[in-house]
Amino acid sequence: MSLNETLPLLVLVSSLLPGLIIFTLPEERRGLRNLFNMVGATLKLLLIFYILRGVMLGEEYIFRHTILPGLDLVFKADALAMLFVTLSAALWFLTTLYAIGYMEGSPHRSRFFGFFSLCVTATMGVAMAGNLFTFFVFYELLTLSTYPLVVHRGTEQAMRAGQVYLSYTLGGGALLLIGTVWLYGLAGQVEFTQGGMLAALGPEYTGQLQVIFFLLIAGLGVKAALVPLHGWLPLAMVAPAPVSALLHAVAVVKAGAFGIVRVVYDVYGVEFAQSLHLLMPLAVMASVTIIWGSLCALFQDDLKRRLAYSTISQVSYIALGVAIFGPMATIGGMVHLVHQGIMKITLFFCAGNYAETLGIHKISEMDGVGRRMPWTTAAFTIGAFGMIGLPPLAGFISKWYLGLGALEAQMPWVIAVLLASSLLNAAYFLPVLYRVWFQPRTEAWPGEHIPMQNGRETAWLLLVPPLVTAVATVLVGLFAASAMSPLNWVKLIADREYLYWLP
Amino acid sequence: MFDPIPWLILSPLIWATLAFVHGPGQGGRLPVAGLILQLALAAMLAQQIVAGGVRVYAVGGWGAPLGIDLMADGLSAVMLLLTQTVALPLVFYARAYFAGHANSLRYFWPLTGYLLAAMNALFLSADVFNIYVTLELLGLAAVGLVALAGGAGPITAAMRYLLAALLGSGAYLLGVALLYGVYGSVSLAALIPLIAADAPAVVSLAAALMLLGLMLKTALFPFHIWLPPAHGGAPAPVSALLSALVIKASFYLILRLWFDLFEPITSVAAAQLLGALGAAAILWGSFLALRQTHLKMLVAYSTVAQIGYLFLLFPLATGVSAEVAASAWQGGVLQVVAHGLAKAAMFAAVGAMIIATGRDEISGIAGVAARLPLTLFTFALAGVTIMGLPPSGGFAAKWLLLGAAQASGQWWWIVVMVVGGLLSAAYIFKVLRQAFLPVEETANFKLLPRMLEWPVLLLALASLVLGLGGGEVLSLLGAT
Repeated sequence: MSLNETLPLLVLVSSLLPGLIIFTLPEERRGLRNLFNMVGATLKLLLIFYILRGVMLGEEYIFRHTILPGLDLVFKADALAMLFVTLSAALWFLTTLYAIGYMEGSPHRSRFFGFFSLCVTATMGVAMAGNLFTFFVFYELLTLSTYPLVVHRGTEQAMRAGQVYLSYTLGGGALLLIGTVWLYGLAGQVEFTQGGMLAALGPEYTGQLQVIFFLLIAGLGVKAALVPLHGWLPLAMVAPAPVSALLHAVAVVKAGAFGIVRVVYDVYGVEFAQSLHLLMPLAVMASVTIIWGSLCALFQDDLKRRLAYSTISQVSYIALGVAIFGPMATIGGMVHLVHQGIMKITLFFCAGNYAETLGIHKISEMDGVGRRMPWTTAAFTIGAFGMIGLPPLAGFISKWYLGLGALEAQMPWVIAVLLASSLLNAAYFLPVLYRVWFQPRTEAWPGEHIPMQNGRETAWLLLVPPLVTAVATVLVGLFAASAMSPLNWVKLIADREYLYWLP
Repeated sequence: MFDPIPWLILSPLIWATLAFVHGPGQGGRLPVAGLILQLALAAMLAQQIVAGGVRVYAVGGWGAPLGIDLMADGLSAVMLLLTQTVALPLVFYARAYFAGHANSLRYFWPLTGYLLAAMNALFLSADVFNIYVTLELLGLAAVGLVALAGGAGPITAAMRYLLAALLGSGAYLLGVALLYGVYGSVSLAALIPLIAADAPAVVSLAAALMLLGLMLKTALFPFHIWLPPAHGGAPAPVSALLSALVIKASFYLILRLWFDLFEPITSVAAAQLLGALGAAAILWGSFLALRQTHLKMLVAYSTVAQIGYLFLLFPLATGVSAEVAASAWQGGVLQVVAHGLAKAAMFAAVGAMIIATGRDEISGIAGVAARLPLTLFTFALAGVTIMGLPPSGGFAAKWLLLGAAQASGQWWWIVVMVVGGLLSAAYIFKVLRQAFLPVEETANFKLLPRMLEWPVLLLALASLVLGLGGGEVLSLLGAT
C-alpha cells in the first residue's frame, strides 16, 4: 500500500486507536488518558496539514477496499473532504482540551473520551467518504457513537433526549439507506465525482431520481436539523457542553449539511439537479428553517436552547447556498460550513463556562456577568456579532456571498430571507449582550463552582479554547482574501464544480 | 490426502462419549481440544472446496446407491465453519458459566457433543433419509439441553419443544416416504435430475410436508410459539447454541430443498407466501420483543424476528433474474452467519449480566454500563448486527437483500426490512438505555470471571468483522 493510500486511513486511526485504548484505561489514569487524547489530536492535525499541502499540489489520496462484489469502501481526501476534515480536526483538538477541563472530577471519563474519539473518527469517515455507501456507513456510525455522549449524565432528561435523538437519526438513516440502495440499483457504485454522475441516466429515470433525492435529503436533513426534522436538537442540549460543541459545530449537524453538499454537487451534479427542478424546494425548505429557527430562538430563556435554535437557523445557510444555482452562492454556503462551526463552538464554549463557573444556565441570570468574566464574555460577544453578520467577522463573509449568489441567480426573495434572519439574529443576541455588559448585578450567582483566582475568571482549559475560536472568527473574516483562508479554499472547490459544467 | 469430512462427525461423538465417561470434573478439557480440532478441520475442508469444488465422501468405501454418501459444497462449508466458530468460544464460556454446577455439567458436555455431531452430519448429508436421522438426533439433543436447568418452567418448555420437534421431523419423514414411493431413491444426487416441473401431485405434497416440518423446526411465524420459552428458559450457553445454530440447521435444509431438490416445482406464489410469513415474523417478533420485561425473553423474540429475514430470501430469489437471485441468496446466507455469531454473543452477554446482577428482568440491569462495560459493549456490538446497521455482517446481508428487492421491483420487502430494522433498534436500545441508568453505590454486582466476558466479545467482534470481510464468505459460498 502506497503512502497516498495509507494517509486517509491514518487520519481515521489517529482518533480510533486512542479511543479504543482510552476505553480500557481505568478511571483514575487521568494523565495517561489526556496524553493519548492530545497525542491523537495533534497527530491528526499534522497528518492533515501534510495532506492539505498535497491536495494543493494536485496529489490524490484514495483508499479502496472491496467489501462485497460491486461494493467498495472508499476514502478520498479531495478538496471538499479536506474542508470538513480540517474544520473538524481543528475544533476537535480545542474541544478535547476544553472537555478535559470541563469533565474534571466527573464520573465515567474513560467512557466519555472513548466515545468522543469514536465520534470524531466517524466524522472523519463522513468527510472523506468517496462514495455514497461509505458515507452512509459512517453517517450511521456517527449516530451510534454520539448516543452514549448524549445520555452521558444518565439523568431522566438525558435519557429522554437520547431516545428522541435516536428516533430521529435512526429514522433518517433508514430513509438514507433506502435512497442509497435505490441509487446503487440504478447507477451502480455511486462515486462522489465533481459534477455528479447521474446525468448519464436517461430521461425515463427522472421520476425515480426525484424521489431518491427527496429520500436522501430527508435522511440528511434530520442531522442537519432542517425544519420539520429538527426536534431532536434543542432537546439534546442537556448533554455536557463539549458534547453540544460536538453536535453543533464539529460533527453531527455538519455531517448532515455536508451530506447535502455532497449529494447536490457530487452525486447529482448541480446542473443536473437544477434541470430536475430539485434545487428550488431545497432552497424553500432551507429558508423556512432559517426563519423558523430564529423565531423560536427569540423565545428561549435557556441559553443553550437559544443557541440550539440558532444552530438550526444557521446551518440551513449551508443548504441554502447549495440550493441556489451559481458559484457565488456555493461559495457562501460552503464557507459557512467552516464559519458557522467556528462561531457556534465559541458560543457553546462560553455557555459551558458560564454554567461551570457560575452555575448560570438561563439568560435571565446573566445580568452583569461581563464584569465577572470579561474574557469569556468578550469571546461570546464576538461569536454573537459574527452570527449577526457584522463586518468584518466570519458570518458577514458567508452572508455577503450568499446575497451575491441570490442576486446572480435572480432570486431576490432570498435577500429578504437573509435580511430577516440577520434582524432576528440581532433580536435574540443583542438583548443578551446588553444584559451581560450593561445590566448591574444585584444578586449572588446561582452557583459559583470556580472562584476568581489572581484575576483569572475560570480554569485555563475552559478559557483558552473559546478565546482561540473567537480570534479565529475575527481572522477568517479579516483575512478572507488571503491564500490560506477557508474562503479561498472554497473558491477553489466552486471553481472546479462550475468550470466542469460551464463552457 | 487426509479427509476432514468423517472426522468432523467423529470428533464430537468421541469427546461427547469420553466426557460422559469421565464425568464433569475432567470433561471440560476434551470439548475445548475437540472443538479446536473441528475448527481446523472445517477450515481445511473449506480450503479444499475453494480449490477443488464439491467434495463427496463414501462412508466405508461403499458409495450410493448402496452405501452412504457424504457431500460438502460451499454452503455446507460455510455452515460447518459457522458451527465450529460459534461453539468454540461458547465452550470456554460454558465452563465458567457452569462452574460449581457439577450436575448440569455432567449432561451438558455429552449433549453438546451429540448436538454438534448431529449438526455436522446434517450439513454433510447427501440423502434425504440421512438428513432425517440427523434431524431427529439434533432435536433430541437440543431438547435434553433445554431441560438441563430442571424446574417446572424449563421442563414444560422442553416438552413443548419436544412435541414441536417430533411433529416437525414426523412431517418431514412422511415427505421422504412419499418421495421414496414415487422415485425409489432417497439420494439427493439421484432425485435432483428426476424431479421435473411436471412431477406428479404427490411430489408436491411431499415437498409441502417436508418444508412445513422444517419450518416448524425453524420456528417460522406462526410456528414460533415453542421457541421463546425454550430458548429463553434454557441456561445461557444452551440458549446461545440453540438460537445461533440449531434453528439454522433446519433453515439450511429448507434452502437445500427449495433451491436444489424442488427447484423445478417451486412457484412464485409459494415463495411470496414464505416471504409473507417471514415479514409477519419480523414485525410480530420485533413487536413482542419490544414488550418483554425479561432479558432472555427479549433476546428470544428477537430470534423469532430475525428468522423472518431469512425467509425473505425466497421471494427475492424465485422467479427473478439470475443476478438478482444470486444477490438474494448471498444476502440470505450472510444473514444466517451474521445472526448466528451475533445472537450467540447476545445470549451469552445477557447471561453474564444476569449472573452479575442476580436478576433477569430488564429493569434489574441499571448500572451495568458502569460496572460491566465490557459485557455491555459486547451486547451493543451484537446489537449493531441485529439492527442491521453498518459496518456489521447483518448490514452487509441486509444491503444485498435490499438490493435484490430493489432490482426485482419488490419494494414491499424493502419497507418490511427497514421497519423491522427500526423496531429492532427500539428493543435493543431499550436494554442499552436501562443499562446506562445510574445505580446506588451499594448495589451488589458479582465479579465476573474473564471467561464469561472475553470469548463473547470475540463472537460479537466476528459478527462485526463479517461486515468488512463478507466477500470471503461469499467466495466460499460460490465455490463449485
